[in-house]
Amino acid sequence: MATLTEAPPPLTPTAPEKKPPRRRGRFTPYWLLLPGILWLLVFFALPMIYQASTSVQTGSLEEGYKVTWHLATYWDALSEYWPQFLRSILYAGAATVLCLVLGYPLAYLIAFRAGRWRNLIMILVIAPFFTSFLIRTLAWKTILADSGPVVSALNTLHVLDVTNWLGWTAGDRVLATPLAVVCGLTYNFLPFMILPLYTSLERIDGRLHEAAGDLYAKPVTTFRKVTFPLSMPGVVSGTLLTFIPAAGDYVNADLLGSTDTRMVGNVIQTQFLRILDYPTAAALSFILMAAILFMVTLYIRRSGTEDLV
Amino acid sequence: MTNKNTDSSGDVRLSGISKTYDNGFTAVQPLDLTVPQGSFFALLGASGCGKTTTLRMIAGLEEPTTGTVHLGDQEVTRLPPYKRPVNTVFQSYALFPHLDIFENVAFGLRRRGIKSVKKQVEDMLELVQLGEQARKKPHQLSGGQQQRVAVARALINTPKVLLLDEPLGALDLKLRRQMQLELKRIQTEVGITFVHVTHDQEEAMTMADTVAVMNAGRVEQLGSPTDLYENPNTTFVANFLGTSNLIEAEVDSRSGGEIVLKAGGGKLVLPEARYAGPTTTGGKVLVGVRPEKISLTHADEAGEIPEGRNRITGTIADSSFIGVSTQYVIDSPVCPEFEVYAQNIDRDDRLVPGAEVVLHWNPAHTFGLDADQDIDAGIQEEATV
Amino acid sequence: MTFVNWLKRHLVVIAGLITLGYLLLPNVVVTVFSFNKPKGRFNYQWQQFSLDAWKDPCGVADMCGSLSISLQIAFWATIGATVLGTMIAFALVRYRFRARGAVNSLIFLPMAMPEVVMAASLLTLFLNMGAQLGFWTILIAHIMFCLSFVVTAVKARVMSMDPRLEQAAQDLYAGPLQTFLRVTLPIAAPGIAAGALLAFALSFDDFIITNFNAGSTVTFPMFVWGSAQRGTPVQINVIGTTMFLVAVLLVLVSMVIGNRRNRQKA
Repeated sequence: MATLTEAPPPLTPTAPEKKPPRRRGRFTPYWLLLPGILWLLVFFALPMIYQASTSVQTGSLEEGYKVTWHLATYWDALSEYWPQFLRSILYAGAATVLCLVLGYPLAYLIAFRAGRWRNLIMILVIAPFFTSFLIRTLAWKTILADSGPVVSALNTLHVLDVTNWLGWTAGDRVLATPLAVVCGLTYNFLPFMILPLYTSLERIDGRLHEAAGDLYAKPVTTFRKVTFPLSMPGVVSGTLLTFIPAAGDYVNADLLGSTDTRMVGNVIQTQFLRILDYPTAAALSFILMAAILFMVTLYIRRSGTEDLV
Repeated sequence: MTNKNTDSSGDVRLSGISKTYDNGFTAVQPLDLTVPQGSFFALLGASGCGKTTTLRMIAGLEEPTTGTVHLGDQEVTRLPPYKRPVNTVFQSYALFPHLDIFENVAFGLRRRGIKSVKKQVEDMLELVQLGEQARKKPHQLSGGQQQRVAVARALINTPKVLLLDEPLGALDLKLRRQMQLELKRIQTEVGITFVHVTHDQEEAMTMADTVAVMNAGRVEQLGSPTDLYENPNTTFVANFLGTSNLIEAEVDSRSGGEIVLKAGGGKLVLPEARYAGPTTTGGKVLVGVRPEKISLTHADEAGEIPEGRNRITGTIADSSFIGVSTQYVIDSPVCPEFEVYAQNIDRDDRLVPGAEVVLHWNPAHTFGLDADQDIDAGIQEEATV
Repeated sequence: MTFVNWLKRHLVVIAGLITLGYLLLPNVVVTVFSFNKPKGRFNYQWQQFSLDAWKDPCGVADMCGSLSISLQIAFWATIGATVLGTMIAFALVRYRFRARGAVNSLIFLPMAMPEVVMAASLLTLFLNMGAQLGFWTILIAHIMFCLSFVVTAVKARVMSMDPRLEQAAQDLYAGPLQTFLRVTLPIAAPGIAAGALLAFALSFDDFIITNFNAGSTVTFPMFVWGSAQRGTPVQINVIGTTMFLVAVLLVLVSMVIGNRRNRQKA
């Protein structure tokens, strides 16, 4: 039979020669992290520092740039390009709201009402991703063409009169107006709204709807008090995933807009690649980053969802 | 597969083994333990008592802070799990989801470089009655079948010791009973040492030759199931294994191998052989008796109780009829909740809540415990399981 | 009244389908206009049906060359980002180490940063280092921004994996390498595949970061961008349509295979 005695406490609990060698390497995680993290440090973090330094340099392309702590570049950039900044925020904000309004019903449809069509609709939402987004954005030029059916329909219904009055469109055109740019932004980032929304809606237990109904909630009340609050994580990450890239985008403003719809992305791109005024471009890009980080932090705080990833 | 040997090559010897985690929590206090070759050994305790950690140290999945592990004559303390002749049936089985049943069972053989595994795997699947399911994936099997695959996957390697970590925890009650017998049958058939970790006292007692009751990183008591049940050494064991009625008493006198104790107003007799503590007059002792040893007589017939039995008077506070027996809770001056299990042979209709009764039992069924312990130790754990 | 009731009940479905139409309309236009025979340099207005572009998809100067460059970059960026990202994901889930929070932020930030900011700052770095802009700078940039997405995808999968599976492998005589190859990797494979697919799609379709760091190298999105100024050949639509169809087909095939496998299991 088995024997047992309570062992006396060992005299030398950690005699050096008896100490077990660490079998599972304590350095393993660092080796695993090293290449990837190094990559991000060198090609993501370090560039940010370079950019910060560039933004306070003065000089010219021919003579070279020196760090002179010329903070006035920031002031000059802001005072010259504030309309573009404002436009970026406005357009991106409008596109985000539109994405939410358009995307929510579709995400809801896939999550609760699609039945056996669910997979097909999912494919149709994701598949356009595989056609280059530039090609698809160019297609809006055809859809919103001056002589096209969309514009003539809007004209006949006098919608254009209203949008003209609001300043969203000009004359008989939709192309080259803010409306076209917002329409393109909405289109491009809609899937980034739908997917997180769908993920959080799908997690909701269907019985909660029944329970709410059982407890005398009308469908609208059920949505307001149960479904929508539970989908908040999706709403938060969806709006962030839409707003952030939209605010920095310059493709839609360039392809579908005009000189009057230029966003801050366009300015950065032109300053960097055409005018070659690096300090101004760096300062603009830094302001954009700071503004977005500030807004995002504020937004996450207020919506109380810290775990997005 | 037959019971090949009775030598000690399958002994598990733990010497001064302990485990303290990086955060300072000591899961296992230094303990010595020998599990002899061919036995069915159970480590029993509530969650967090250190039983799984002990098992994992034998498997090599956890490194002991101090002490050594021997398998037979071989020291394996520093060997990684894949170099130990020990296999484990994991909690919730840990079957590889991407491999079918055949490949799950063949996994260990293949890793040891054995080429022709077909015959062996088929034989093993036959032993656990899963010959038909060889090409199915784990998730297509029922819980009981998965459990048998896990056993087959470990046993096919003919380990010196088979470790079972709560192997039946995920099964429902009826299946669990069935698998207990099945595992016992397999163990008898292959003759390999089984070390079984469980929180289920009934499971441990049904299956194991030897049970070690663990609490707070220590082994409280070790012995055969009957021994543990009849002669608990601590209040923890008394309360954790089944139910015990414990009465605080005071030594009055001792004579002829018996200790006479005062409890409340009455006197109780305890055989000296069943109490190991000090017996100075006036010293405190905890007197224990199992609920099924007690007879219940209505107060009107107290005169008919034979002489020489321990007696306590009380009032029935509650009674529940559960078929084979009736369980009473008695309110008595020496113990507020005295439990009595009466076989339903001749039911006395007067034994209803409120009735005055006399509880009496053979003094030989009384055991004594050191009064310095917590009288309620082990109760909470049992209730939460 | 019944129509109003019907409308009420199906309002969500109708609104959802309108959104779906909005999402798919450009693809329909791209497909239809791949059969167009435009009059001028731009393919924005319908003229007449023609199969010319489909018969000669590489008939435009430099287009198929740019497509090939994009595919190469996407291929290597996928491999690079998947390997590095998978390693990080394993480290994050399986090990405790210092500076965990800092590592997590470093992974998260590239996903929360407007592309144009990353693009501009990376260009600043390359200019300061005097790097030759081209294939390699594009590849470096793509691996950088795909990395975080791979980490997120793989992490989710590895996190849901029972650590006891690896312990069981070790218990069954598999050494660390065998355990990784025979158990960990196969089980984490779907997550790694999802990450790789995402990386490929992101890299192949990237324009903004590429545009900043490409020098004179022209990827397919850059070719499309350039043609928007110079004139859009119909072949662009052919490529776009083909990509869409291939994607849908691949998904359908994988679903059919998945279904059949499930049916066999049952």
